[in-house]
Amino acid sequence: MDFQGYRRPDGSVGIRNHVLVMPSVICGNRVCRGIAQQVSGAIWFEHQHGCAQLGADAQLTAQVLIAHGAHPNVYGVVVVGLGCETNRAQDIASVIKAKCPYKPVEVVIIQDEGGSVKAISAGVSAARRMMAEASLVRREAVDVSELILGTECGSSDACSGISANPALGSASDMLIDAGGSVILAETTELIGAEHLMAARAVSQKVANRCYEVINRCEAGATAMGVDMRGSQPTPGNIEGGLSSIEEKSLGCIFKAGSKPLQDVIEYAAPVLKKGLIWMDTPGQDIEQITGMVSGGCQVVVFTTGHGTPTASPIAPTIKVAATSALFERMNDNMDVNAGTVISGDESVSDVGERIFREMMEVASGKLTKAEILGFNDFAIKRIGPTI
Amino acid sequence: MKPIDNVCTVLENVEPGAEVDIDAGGERMAVRVAERIPFAHKFAIRNIPRGEPILKYGEVIGVATREIERGEHVHVHNLDSRRGRGDKQSRS
Repeated sequence: MDFQGYRRPDGSVGIRNHVLVMPSVICGNRVCRGIAQQVSGAIWFEHQHGCAQLGADAQLTAQVLIAHGAHPNVYGVVVVGLGCETNRAQDIASVIKAKCPYKPVEVVIIQDEGGSVKAISAGVSAARRMMAEASLVRREAVDVSELILGTECGSSDACSGISANPALGSASDMLIDAGGSVILAETTELIGAEHLMAARAVSQKVANRCYEVINRCEAGATAMGVDMRGSQPTPGNIEGGLSSIEEKSLGCIFKAGSKPLQDVIEYAAPVLKKGLIWMDTPGQDIEQITGMVSGGCQVVVFTTGHGTPTASPIAPTIKVAATSALFERMNDNMDVNAGTVISGDESVSDVGERIFREMMEVASGKLTKAEILGFNDFAIKRIGPTI
Repeated sequence: MKPIDNVCTVLENVEPGAEVDIDAGGERMAVRVAERIPFAHKFAIRNIPRGEPILKYGEVIGVATREIERGEHVHVHNLDSRRGRGDKQSRS
C-alpha cells in the first residue's frame, strides 16, 4: 500500500517539504516571524527556551530543535540566534547539517547582522532561495510502512473513550499490520492503565519500563503535595463527565489499538522500531506533539471531545471529533467525525478505516484544517529550572 | 460495557425518573435514574457501598466516597481517585 511522499537522500521519508525558520533562543522569535511573513509558504515557530538552561534540560531543548530541523518533513531550515545565548544557532545548525548533509541549512545571528531588520533581510534571502529549490522536489510512491503515526487525545470528554479513541486504535492497528509505527504518549494519561499496557509488552524489560515511567510521573505529581485532579483530569474533562485520571487513562489507551507494545522510549527520542511504541511525554498537548514529532513521526492523529485547534508546525495534525455535535460546532478545526459511533450510524472499525484513509490522503499532500489555518504550536518539556 | 461494570455512561441527556435499558456486557437490565444525568456522564447500575471500587471498561476508575444507590449520578462528588494524590501523602 503506497502513498505519495518525499524520499530524502538518506532514505528517510517526509510527507511535507517545508522550509522552516526556527529560533535557537527565545530572543530570535520576532525575527523568525518576520522572515516567514515575507516568504510565502515558509513556516516558523516560536518558543521560550534556549538560554539560562543547564545540563540535561539545555540538552533536551537542543535535541528537540535539532530533531525538528533534521525532520524528513523539512526540506531546509534557517536557524536564527541572537548571538550570546547558551543554545547557539550555529551549533544547532551544524548538528542538523551533520545528520542531514543533503539539507540546506542557513544561520542568521541577529547581533552579527547588525540588528533585527538586517537579520530579517538575511533570513528572507536564505528562505527565498530554499523555497525555489524545494519547489523542484517531486513526490514519489512510498510504502505505508515508512509512516510513523503520533497519536494524541486532548480536551477529552467521556465520549472520547467510546468513539474517537477506539476508532483511532483501529486505524493504529491497520498501520501496524501494514508495517508502520505508532506512538502512544502522554504518560500522565496512562496512570491507572499501566497494567493493561504492561500485559501487552513484548518482554519483561519493556513491561518493567511501563511501571517505571508511570511511577516517575506519579511521583512528580504527588511531590507537589496536591490532588492531581487540580490538573488531571482537567476542569473541562470533569465537566465532560470524566471523574478521575484512571477513567481518563482507560479511555486514553483505546487509541493505542490492540497490538503488542514494542518499546518504551524517552521524550523526543527517535523511534527506531516498527509497531507500537510508548513515548514518555507529559499530558500537555503541545509538549506531547513536539516530543512525538522530534521522535520522527510525520503525521499526528489527534482525538478530541471538547475540541482543540492546536497542531504541529511541521507534522500535519488530523483532528478527530468524538461527537457529531463537536464536529459541527468546531467544524473549522475538525477533520474527521467519529460521532457516528455514538449515534450508532457507524461501527468503530468503519470510523477507523475513515481515519486511516484520511491519514493516507494527508500523507500524500491533502492539507489538514490546522495547516490551512496556519497553526504552528510548539512547546518543549522542561526537566530543570531556568537559572 | 463489561459484565462487572457498576456504572454506565449515557450518550444523551437523561432526565430524572427516566428508565434506561442497558446491555452490561451481555446482561440486560433496566435502571431508573434518580437525577438528571448530563450527556457523557455516568450513573450507578448497582448499589455501590462506601469504599468499594467503581468499575468502568471492567477496570477500577476510583472508589465510592459514600454509599451510592442504583440510578444515582456518579462523578467527583461521590467518586475519589486513588492515583496522583499528593494531598493525601502530605497529610500522612
